[in-house]
Amino acid sequence: MIEVRGVTKKFGKTVSLDNVSIDFKKDDAVALMGANGAGKTTLIRLILGYYHPNAGTISINGMDPVKERVDILKHVSFVPQLPPPIKLSLDELIQYICSSSGVKKERIFHYANEMELDLKPNLGKSFFKLSGGMKQKLLIAISLAKESEIMIYDEPTANLDPKARDNFYRLLKEHEENKIALFVTHRLDEIKEIVNRQIYMDLGTIVSDECV
Amino acid sequence: MKNLLLIAYLDLKESIRARWFIIYSLVFGGLIALFFIAGITESQVMGFSGLSRLLLMYIQVTIIILPIFILITTVRSISGDRDSHILEYMLSFPISLSQYYWGKVFGRFITVFLPVFMAMAIAIVYGISKGAAVPWSIFLLYTGLLFSLSSVFLGIAFFISSVVKSSEMALGISFFVWIFLLAFIDIALISLMLQNRMSEELIISLALINPMEIFRVAAISLFDPELTVMGPVAFYILDTVSQSVFVLFSIAYPMLLGIVFAFFGYSIFRKRDLV
Repeated sequence: MIEVRGVTKKFGKTVSLDNVSIDFKKDDAVALMGANGAGKTTLIRLILGYYHPNAGTISINGMDPVKERVDILKHVSFVPQLPPPIKLSLDELIQYICSSSGVKKERIFHYANEMELDLKPNLGKSFFKLSGGMKQKLLIAISLAKESEIMIYDEPTANLDPKARDNFYRLLKEHEENKIALFVTHRLDEIKEIVNRQIYMDLGTIVSDECV
Repeated sequence: MKNLLLIAYLDLKESIRARWFIIYSLVFGGLIALFFIAGITESQVMGFSGLSRLLLMYIQVTIIILPIFILITTVRSISGDRDSHILEYMLSFPISLSQYYWGKVFGRFITVFLPVFMAMAIAIVYGISKGAAVPWSIFLLYTGLLFSLSSVFLGIAFFISSVVKSSEMALGISFFVWIFLLAFIDIALISLMLQNRMSEELIISLALINPMEIFRVAAISLFDPELTVMGPVAFYILDTVSQSVFVLFSIAYPMLLGIVFAFFGYSIFRKRDLV
């Protein structure tokens, strides 16, 4: 369970998140929406323990995401909006993930296969040299292979073709039971079948939160 | 520990493939090759000859270029990963910040130290094959000094990388640090003393806190202290402090300084927003 209590995050004089309180429980599949600068990514980054809140507290299964980040991140999968230009080869990246998170290599291969990404011929290539779609497919495969209780996707389908999007949503549907899934998105129509809660944010506050 | 070594190993592998590492290795290896081609081992200038002269030449060039090479290649280690959102993704896995930071430090240390050391080692091997007498005491001292110089600038680079959020700013600060420390070696210090009538104690103290000046003085400390090439500050230091004490200081102090900077860098990295 994720509990956000009165959290404020400022960058200089800019208030990115203003006294936000919200809970996410098991089986919540949430579409997090709002205009650019609404505070969606800030909220996600606070949950991931990247930011120190200026005020308020965040607790994930009773733990602080900054102080107990390693314990929390064992249970979190994250896919960023844009795949970062990681220079490691796919083999090295997979080694990093398997070794740090205890993910089985076969699981990554399995989900890559499900996403129609053939990993084997690309293992020696640098991650950043793959096409945008291939990178995103691999990150999705990794997120699913990790089998986390909390899955966070920041605009995960931006680089995917319609077929890959369908594969992604199909896999998510199969895996979101007993989990918390957060989707930062601008395209509700694409994910409305897999979410059961919609949250709108604006200017660092939550303006609506409804179950669907 | 397993994750720390994993980060170090992956950083090492990534660095070895990078263009900067190839240039870095070619510069130091090329310097040694150039010295041999130029016949430096056959010449005799101011009492230096053979491999001793080659090593001295190598170390004097190294004083200038090694710090800036280490700074510009390392300073983007954390800040560059932050800029490009690599940090955001890599730290979404259960890796502690200390494992990530120190893994990067160890990996990068091997990357920057090995080529400068190997270039010197290759010179020794080549010298032996040509039948030259090997100045082992100088080789050992220079290995220690290079290790120490690499440590201090790596520590400074990681400190800057943690403090500054953008990699461009980090690069700018690196250049400033390098120019600043370079300006405060020997001749510049004496000019400062003469122009501003500063006390010699202050000048010597300034020299003794500058790792580049310490490296320079220690590098020539095994030679005759009467040599004019040493410069006045170096002469004063070696005339005041015993050679063995100064050599120990010249290795221990920069290493300690590097560790202190790296720890400060880690402390900032841990306490600030990560992305």
